[in-house]
Amino acid sequence: MFDFSFQLTGEYVAFFILAVCIIAGAVLMISFNKVIHMVVSLAFAFIGLAGMYVLLNAEFLAFVQVLIYAGAISILMIFGIMMTKHDQVDEDVRRPWHEGIVAVGCLALFGILFYAIRSTTFPTANWTPPKDNTLEIGKLLYTEHVIPFELMSVLLTVAFIGAIVLAKREAD
Amino acid sequence: MSGMLGSYLMLAAILFCLGLYGALTKRSAVIVLLSIELMLNAVNLNLIAFSKYGVVPGLKGQIFSLFNMTIAAAEAAVGIAILIALYRNKGTANVDEFNEMKR
Repeated sequence: MFDFSFQLTGEYVAFFILAVCIIAGAVLMISFNKVIHMVVSLAFAFIGLAGMYVLLNAEFLAFVQVLIYAGAISILMIFGIMMTKHDQVDEDVRRPWHEGIVAVGCLALFGILFYAIRSTTFPTANWTPPKDNTLEIGKLLYTEHVIPFELMSVLLTVAFIGAIVLAKREAD
Repeated sequence: MSGMLGSYLMLAAILFCLGLYGALTKRSAVIVLLSIELMLNAVNLNLIAFSKYGVVPGLKGQIFSLFNMTIAAAEAAVGIAILIALYRNKGTANVDEFNEMKR
């Protein structure tokens, strides 16, 4: 019914190793007890995803992924843990039925996605990736997508000013 | 090479489901935010995979996922700020104790 055949190419081997790293990071995030360990294992998964982007000819995005996710967001979350309860342990379940229902729902969603992906034949097209990925992305950003780009910078400014206002002490 | 596209989509589906499970079951608000980041990352992986192996390959998918990362960074910053403000007012960082609107 489903076609699982594949050719053992270099890309497939690299994909397999990176996929094992990513899924291991994500599963460890689910199963660890201490909050800080969860953040570190998820940072590991984010670095694996950056490797996956290199595999997909998106070198610029791979560096952005390392900078933003593995760097900035992980550090931000560690700061968030340190500023709340830093020796916090995510305690054991008090509501096993809740976790069971969520697990069944997630597995059902995965089953649907699995069926949809495996029973579809995707049309393919040939594409030679540009030699300088960063240069081409920069050209596209400043010609075709310049309005979303500027809107994004406005949104970032607004969001960070809002974050500072929210997190600042009101008493001072 | 359409087999590779299926593999990437499958990995993204696994990541999305793991992120969904984490976001719905974890008690610590920081981990809930991180699980949402994981789900956004799965979507990014889909976009980039389709921008290489899809019907119309090109750089558009990469640009979309660049915008996606920007939104994710803004979301994480605002989420942490709200979390710190809530912690200052309530003294807890567990999502199941933020229940003012239920009463």
